[in-house]
Amino acid sequence: MGWIGEAVDSVESLRIRQFLSQAVSLGMIVTSALIIWKGLMCVTGSESPVVVVLTGSMEPGFKRGDILFLHMSKDPIRAGEIVVFNVDGREIPIVHRVIKVHERQDTEDVDVLTKGDNNTGDDRPLYAHGQLWLQRHHIMGRAVGFLPYVGWVTIIMTEKPIIKYLLIGALGLLVITSKE
Amino acid sequence: MHSFGFRANALLTFSLTILALICAMASISDNLNSPSPSAHVQVSNINRFQKSKGNDEVSMTLNVSANLQSLFTWNTKQVFVFLAAEYESPKNSLNQVSLWDAIIPSKEQAQFLIQTKNKYRFTDQGTNLRGKEYNLTLRWHVMPKTGKMFADKIVMTGFRLPEEYR
Repeated sequence: MGWIGEAVDSVESLRIRQFLSQAVSLGMIVTSALIIWKGLMCVTGSESPVVVVLTGSMEPGFKRGDILFLHMSKDPIRAGEIVVFNVDGREIPIVHRVIKVHERQDTEDVDVLTKGDNNTGDDRPLYAHGQLWLQRHHIMGRAVGFLPYVGWVTIIMTEKPIIKYLLIGALGLLVITSKE
Repeated sequence: MHSFGFRANALLTFSLTILALICAMASISDNLNSPSPSAHVQVSNINRFQKSKGNDEVSMTLNVSANLQSLFTWNTKQVFVFLAAEYESPKNSLNQVSLWDAIIPSKEQAQFLIQTKNKYRFTDQGTNLRGKEYNLTLRWHVMPKTGKMFADKIVMTGFRLPEEYR
C-alpha cells in the first residue's frame, strides 16, 4: 500500500507548488502595474499622470472617454495651455484651457483664469465661492499628449461596478488556471 | 496550448500592440512637418477705454488675418488659435490676456481674415493701461488625432493704448 500513499503525497506537493507559483505570478502582475504607475508619477512629476476626460466641455478637441497625459514641470504657466486643476471643495479635477495669466513681479505667485473650449463663459462659476483666480497650487499638471477612446474602459468600470468585478474575477481565474 | 482562450488572447494582444505602434508612428510623423504660418493683426479701433471696478478695461476692434494651413498634417484633428495681449506692469512681470480665439477644424478654413471685437474682457489688474505698450501674440495649439500636442506663436510688437480714457 506504500506506493499509493507516495503517489498521493507527490501529487499533493505538486499542487501546492503550482498554487504557490500561480500566487507569485499574480503578485508579479499586480506589483508591476503599481511600479509602472508610480514610475510614471516620478517621470511626469504629476500626482495623476493620466486623466480621463469626463465631460464635453473641451469638445471638439477632447471628447468624453479620451485620455490625456499630464506633465507637471517647473515651467511657468502660459495662456493657451490646457491644464488640469482642482478646485477646493470639488473632488473631480477639471481639464480646461488657460485664457488669462497674471504673473507677479517679485514672487512666484501667478493668477490664472481658465475656460472650456466648448463653454461660452469662463470658469469663475465653477471655482469656489468668491474665487476669481486659480493659483499655482490648484494646478495638477498640463496636458501634453492625447489618446482617443481608451478612457471608456474606466468610465464603464466606474459607472457599472459589476463589470469591473466580473472582469477582475475572470482575469484572476485565467491567471490561476493557466499553466505556465 | 492551442485552446480558444489562448488564441483569442494572442490575437487581442497582437492587435493592441500594432494599434499602439501605429498611433506612436502617427504622432512621430508630425515632427516631419515644418510649418511656415503667417499672421497679421491690426487694431482698427479702441471702442471703450475706462476704469471699471478699479481696474482698467479696454474694448477694441481687431482685424486678424492669418494663414495657418501649413500646420495641418494627416494627424491633425484641429488647431486652436488665439490672440493674446501681453504686457508688463509694475505689479506683474507678465500679463497675458486672451482677446479672441477660434477652433479651426480643417485645412480649408485655416486661411482667414476676420474683423472682431475682443471676445474676452481686456482687463488689467489695476490701472496701468493708459499709454501702455503691449504685444499681440497669435498662438496656436495643434491638437492631434492621437499623440503629442504642439504649440507655437507669432509675436507682433509695437502696439500702444491711448494716453486718456475714452
